[in-house]
Amino acid sequence: MTMLEIRNLHASIEGKEILKGIDLVVNAGEVHSIMGPNGSGKSTLARVLAGEACYEVTEGEILFKGKNLLDLEPDERAREGVFMAFQYPVEVPGVSTKYFLKASVNAMRKHRGLDELDAFDFLELIKEKLKLVHMDESLLDRAVNEGFSGGEKKRAEIFQMAMLDPCLGVLDETDSGLDIDALRIVAEGVNKLRGPDRSFILITHYQRLLNYVVPDFVHVLLDGRIVRSGGKELALELEENGYSFINGEINEPVSV
Amino acid sequence: MTTQAMIESDTFQAAFEALDTQSPLHELRSKGFERFRELGFPTRRDEEWRYTNIKPITTTTFKPASGSITKESITPYTLSDTSCHQMVFVNGRFAAELSDVGTLEAGVRLESIATISESSFDMIAPHLGSCAEIEREVFTALNTAFIEDGLFLLVPRDVDLEKPVHVIFITTLGSAAVVTHPRILIVAEENSRATIIETYGSDGDGVCLTNPVTEIIVGENAIIDHYKIEQESEEAYHISSLNVRQHRSSNVTSHNYSFGGRLVRNNLNCALDDEGCEATFNGLTIGHGRQHVDNYLRIDHNKPNCNSWEYYKTVLDDQSRGVFCGRIYVAPDAQKTDAKQTSMNLLLSEEASITTMPQLDIFADDVKCTHGATIGQIEESQLFYLQSRGIDKVAAKTLLIYAFANETIAEIKIEELRTRLERVLLDRLPRGELLQGGL
Amino acid sequence: MSSTTTSDPIDQWEQTDEYKWGFVTDIESDTLPPGLNEDVVKAISAKKNEPDWLLQWRLEAYRNWLTMTEPNWQNLEYNKIDFQAISYYSAPKSDADRPKSLDEVDPKLLETYEKLGIPLEERAILAGVAVDAVFDSVSVATTFKDKLHEVGIIFCPFSEAVQEHPELVRKYLGSIVPPNDNFFAALNSAVFTDGSFVFIPKGVKCPMELSTYFRINAISTGQFERTLIIAEEGSHVSYLEGCTAPMRDENQLHAAVVELIAMKDATIKYSTIQNWYPGNAEGVGGIYNFVTKRGKCAGDNSRISWTQVETGSAITWKYPSCILQGDNSIGEFYSVALTNHHQKADTGTKMIHIGKNTKSYIISKGISAGVGRNTYRGQVKVLKQATNSRNFTQCDSMLMGDKCSAHTFPYIEVANSSSHIEHEATTSKIGEDQIFYCNQRGISTEDAISMIINGFCKEVFAELPMEFAVEAKKLLEVSLEGSVG
Repeated sequence: MTMLEIRNLHASIEGKEILKGIDLVVNAGEVHSIMGPNGSGKSTLARVLAGEACYEVTEGEILFKGKNLLDLEPDERAREGVFMAFQYPVEVPGVSTKYFLKASVNAMRKHRGLDELDAFDFLELIKEKLKLVHMDESLLDRAVNEGFSGGEKKRAEIFQMAMLDPCLGVLDETDSGLDIDALRIVAEGVNKLRGPDRSFILITHYQRLLNYVVPDFVHVLLDGRIVRSGGKELALELEENGYSFINGEINEPVSV
Repeated sequence: MTTQAMIESDTFQAAFEALDTQSPLHELRSKGFERFRELGFPTRRDEEWRYTNIKPITTTTFKPASGSITKESITPYTLSDTSCHQMVFVNGRFAAELSDVGTLEAGVRLESIATISESSFDMIAPHLGSCAEIEREVFTALNTAFIEDGLFLLVPRDVDLEKPVHVIFITTLGSAAVVTHPRILIVAEENSRATIIETYGSDGDGVCLTNPVTEIIVGENAIIDHYKIEQESEEAYHISSLNVRQHRSSNVTSHNYSFGGRLVRNNLNCALDDEGCEATFNGLTIGHGRQHVDNYLRIDHNKPNCNSWEYYKTVLDDQSRGVFCGRIYVAPDAQKTDAKQTSMNLLLSEEASITTMPQLDIFADDVKCTHGATIGQIEESQLFYLQSRGIDKVAAKTLLIYAFANETIAEIKIEELRTRLERVLLDRLPRGELLQGGL
Repeated sequence: MSSTTTSDPIDQWEQTDEYKWGFVTDIESDTLPPGLNEDVVKAISAKKNEPDWLLQWRLEAYRNWLTMTEPNWQNLEYNKIDFQAISYYSAPKSDADRPKSLDEVDPKLLETYEKLGIPLEERAILAGVAVDAVFDSVSVATTFKDKLHEVGIIFCPFSEAVQEHPELVRKYLGSIVPPNDNFFAALNSAVFTDGSFVFIPKGVKCPMELSTYFRINAISTGQFERTLIIAEEGSHVSYLEGCTAPMRDENQLHAAVVELIAMKDATIKYSTIQNWYPGNAEGVGGIYNFVTKRGKCAGDNSRISWTQVETGSAITWKYPSCILQGDNSIGEFYSVALTNHHQKADTGTKMIHIGKNTKSYIISKGISAGVGRNTYRGQVKVLKQATNSRNFTQCDSMLMGDKCSAHTFPYIEVANSSSHIEHEATTSKIGEDQIFYCNQRGISTEDAISMIINGFCKEVFAELPMEFAVEAKKLLEVSLEGSVG
């Protein structure tokens, strides 16, 4: 089954075009990694998928489970099953993480025609999912992301993903800024969430995360276009030669 | 106007009538005087004067100041000749023999207002009174009614005035109460830079009213560093007004030090009239005896993307009183304003008192505005810590007050001025001599 | 921004025929004609069968009022009130003029009650349905009264207290807010018609929140309400005023006076939820709420705590204050004020530190939406003898939309060197990035805003009695419906 289909996507911010024609098909159960140097448009792609208002889609379309994603508001996309782990998770002062998650989980459940979870079931669910990311429950009594360390924020994002049970997880540089232990925990969380009905897009600058989460496909994004696609070995190739060797290649016509 | 105020202003009436009606300044003076008569002196029922009672001023009859002084009388206030352009005014009038303008960069005009208004009035006419608010502030109206002399500085486009301009206003004091109305006009054109130091001092002891008004018009991308140092006699009444108008991407820093005076009120108004402006207002008040010092700030964020900082510290001993009012106004479309206001106060005696009003007036929604105020005393725990290290209590106290107050002095970029003010500060502390030359 | 006619149930209601025919009555013989003079004051006093000392007290207040001028505050403009156009006495409406049952009440209003979770039997009373038509409410009230009577607590309408406990009323009335305190307090003192009286005897801890009973009791207290609460040594009381439901009221001007006295070791907790008619979305109509509330911590170790959630009225002007006279006494002020559409709220507190080691806490949260204007105006005054006093003030403003405004005017006066004052204030807006983050977790923009607002206000909600806190949260959500997005 096709989970996500991106066709000729062009997007710009404040009049500046960042994505210049992206085509990508992600099938259910697949893990795709999108790699590229800083400024190539990786994060923009994630944010356009999630529907951040400051990006304007000027051309192309995005189909998610056959629906036109661009017609949906950010919260509607989330309820359809698109989850984005933020590169810089936002702090929401005054709102406890537990309360926030309960609102979120129940919004999802309502959308799926399920009953809202009561406090007891909700706590059970929390306990179960916390194990995935080795997080302490006390963290959830704090305001959303407030006073969390960088590693805690990223782990909390994966924990939220586990709680919300999405169809598509988009991880926007979730590995950046993590020490190796935190990286392992994050990767382990993602691996446990892999399954035949769930797809992932891992956006990353470095290959390191891919040692722990082995992707089915790797795409190289450069200047708003996917310039190469391949299997997991492409990531190793990049690691060895850097992005510069691709830079050299793109002067030649590239078939993807 | 109250009847009382009517009678008081009649003493100014005679002085006003004695002014030369042929002067090119006459028209502006008349407007000022008319407005002064309309407004009358404020009372404590006026919100802006709620905590400062100016009755001592309104019930005193002031004569215009006159007389001359020797070079020795100004030495406590001067910086070395070579480090600045020095302009000295005695009893409100330019004293050429005490001044040393030195060499100026090309196109820079540094003159007395009396001189320039006779020689090229057109040069000052469009600016004089353009940002000093006679509508709202009665003392500014009064100053305007009596403009006779003062400082005019023009820094042309792209010119960096390397040395600071130091202007010293000295009043000779005696048995009769005297008044001066100094005026300062600074025009910094596009992309220029200047540093101005205003020092107010007294020669002798006695009562006076010093009522200066400063206007600074700051052109696009211009940088202004402004210092005002109040060191007058402790019988002096001092009501000042600083008025700044900033154009695009300009940068203004104001440093306001109050050491002297019996009753001091500083009105500081700053209008951020275009995008990208930065304004910093630092202040330090050291009060003792029966001094009363009131700093009244208003910063108007009229356009988006401007930043302002107010950082005022007050240390009060004996029966002295302090007032701080900082008003930040953010206009409806002044988005992305970042304004921070801090008022920190240290009370050293049971008799001292402070009133602080850090106010925010915000009509735009995408802003970051914070204010904070603290009033306290020296932390016993810190004092104890120092004592436990063998420092006696008085010295420890002095050290901690110095640490609190000196933060605002340490930022002074002109080394000679910094050293001088550190000395002034130490002279005012209980055992300041302990720290002289040794920190 | 949602359209005006659908978002505001009160507004809707005003336009319905039920309102017009149901509430405008012929001038009854028991209603004084509009206008104010000494005869009117005398007539009010006579109708209440008051003792002569109280009449003289009212007359003195009236004469004082004549010499006073209406306050003219910065940041607060309103249409001048014609004091001669107000009728100062009106007997409670006869039941014949009221809706006979909830079926006759506008469904929109009932929907709001539903949203707020108001108990069914109270909805009818709030909507103005004749009281005897309401299931068992009178007996409910009587039960409460008996329970309070057992422990010696006096809790009754003010006019009843004048008859039954004149010595207490005479001793304390005007002792905290003198009749000449300010323009509106003077007016209230001259013409107040009713209100509440509470007396908690020595050592008694009031066994219940004085709330539900009050809701029922408060319906016909009118526009010049007078409340007096006396907590004797070692006693404790929590008093709740008002209600989350939008209450029907035709009087434009409300000028209440509330006086609290806490003796040695006594605690008074006074909570208010104010949700009077704010006017329509264009700023037409609405209540002017000009209130004087003041408490005195008269004895050592006493404590007075004001908590308020202000969402209603076109203009709110109130500064619940504490006079901290007893040593070690504590004054607290927790406030949430929300202004939407054209509402203006000018509120804050005064903490006057007189006793030694006195403490005060001020937590003020202002939320502005629409073209609302929210002002915090507060005074912390530490007198010379109030050594070792402490104050902590936090006043935060949140802005939603670009036409509203927030203003903070603190006055901090300290006259001794052993006291410690801290004041913090911030102004922020609901950020797009926060909303987007919530959206990405499937939470709609409206829900995200209400979540953030509740987070913003939680320190204040924490001070409200549990059931009130729940209602207050819902009230903010209802009040902000359609404000963003």
